[in-house]
Amino acid sequence: MTQLALVIDLNVCVGCHACVTSCKEWNTSGVAGFLTDENPYDADPTGTFFNRVQTYEAGAYPDTETVHFPKSCLHCEEPPCVPVCPTGASYKRKEDGIVLVDYDRCIGCKYCAWACPYGVREIDERQQVMKKCTLCVDRIYDTALPEAQRKPACVLACPTSARLFGDVHDADSEVSQAIRERGGYPLMPEWGTQPANHYLPRRRTGCGVSEEEVARRDGPLASDGRVPGTLAALIAEAEATASGGR
Amino acid sequence: MKPAFSVILLTTLIGAAQGLLVAVYGADVAGRLGFTDAPGRGFVVTGAAIAVVLAALGLLASFWHLGRPERAWRAATMWRTSWLSREVIVLPGFLATTFAYGAGSLWGAAWTPLAGALALACCVALFVCTGMIYACLRFLQEWASPLTVLNFTLLGCASGFTLATALAAFGLADDHAAALGTWAIGLAATALAVRAAMLARNARLRPRSTLQSATGVRHPRLAQTSQGLMGGSFNTREFMHGRSRAFLRGIKWAFLVLAFPVPVLMLFLGLLYGSVLLLVAAFIVQYAGLLCERWFFFAQANHPQNLYYQVIS
Repeated sequence: MTQLALVIDLNVCVGCHACVTSCKEWNTSGVAGFLTDENPYDADPTGTFFNRVQTYEAGAYPDTETVHFPKSCLHCEEPPCVPVCPTGASYKRKEDGIVLVDYDRCIGCKYCAWACPYGVREIDERQQVMKKCTLCVDRIYDTALPEAQRKPACVLACPTSARLFGDVHDADSEVSQAIRERGGYPLMPEWGTQPANHYLPRRRTGCGVSEEEVARRDGPLASDGRVPGTLAALIAEAEATASGGR
Repeated sequence: MKPAFSVILLTTLIGAAQGLLVAVYGADVAGRLGFTDAPGRGFVVTGAAIAVVLAALGLLASFWHLGRPERAWRAATMWRTSWLSREVIVLPGFLATTFAYGAGSLWGAAWTPLAGALALACCVALFVCTGMIYACLRFLQEWASPLTVLNFTLLGCASGFTLATALAAFGLADDHAAALGTWAIGLAATALAVRAAMLARNARLRPRSTLQSATGVRHPRLAQTSQGLMGGSFNTREFMHGRSRAFLRGIKWAFLVLAFPVPVLMLFLGLLYGSVLLLVAAFIVQYAGLLCERWFFFAQANHPQNLYYQVIS
């Protein structure tokens, strides 16, 4: 069975909010209608978003680390928001595991938002229905788009490729490999919701070049007194030009 | 959580209606079985009528909570999984059976006891549904306990019996007032014990979710510097009551005083001196106390999503 999900690499996220704005742009323009904004250019702007980027600071000054943390619906494998919905408007698709809201059935009782520990459901204050990330279900299957663009808007917008998209049930997929090899983890595992989205932790970044690699005799940077090939040719050419004038 | 006044009204109004039905039906059955004198048709009919009115007002208040009330009928579809959906089915069921019970008593119909038994069954089911809507949310630790269901049931019954006492003393069933009042006092005392147990349990709760488990950043010193928005969102409006600890404490003491000892004292004095006014006032004071109790019930629940919404940078 397929379970589409995002894997977000906190080691690479720079907190630029490009995923937030491109998510909003795509999803406010879709067939499902706009995402309400109140006072967008005024004091106290507020609105409905599927995706937020938050920032956390770990440690105490001066030994601190800033962590940018994008958060959207995690498309749980055991979504607590789905069984509580009295109308069946909230549902999890069998074919790809995406948790969706049928905006035409939602009565705006907000019970699903109460039942979500992650705070990723937001009511649309104008339309009075619950809204949440759809994993851009209206573009990932759109055959009118070039195949490379059949990904969620946030994934395409990320300038550092911090967001990976794929099937976490396929062991060979890019996302499964990333989870397996780079310490992917779910949020709030204590509630047994089994979020499909995973996060890749911060890692220590090092230079990765050892002294021996630089100094070894056949290395391209070996300092044996000789100048590397291309540069040597340029110098020889320059010298020849200079001597030709004599 | 931010207490929604519509839900506070809904749960307290239907609670009183259910308690009243239990009291009226109980007195009726006791009379039919010969334990006491029959309470008289006026008492049963008026009691059932008031229960229907209160429950209908509660139902009306629940519509006020919906963003799309015109689609409310859809809420009856997912009864297999959703306690809210079950409540949506059982509440009209309670209204209909209680109405039938009152109407049957008025006409002296043979099926009246059956209607009463069905109304009682709906009443019990409704208490369970209403309580379970909150108790089933496992990560709202303040609510996720059988005490929640018990509390809703006992408080509903206590207020309903207080109302029934006033009704009986109004001249509809004078000789039942003392018994009903004794029940009302006993139920209020039991409800206080359960509510106190809830308060003690909640005071000792340790949140299972932390900022560390919410973000996966395992550093012991972790703080939010930005929640990613500046002007508030649904997340900051729906899940935080925004009141001070002192205000919360004030409401707690208000309901501990208004919902329990004061109405008990008024019931006692009202019965002692045969004052209907005092008995009616006992119900009004107790209902005001229950509004505070329900406000506190919602405000005290600490939603784990609040971990993500601490700081505006």
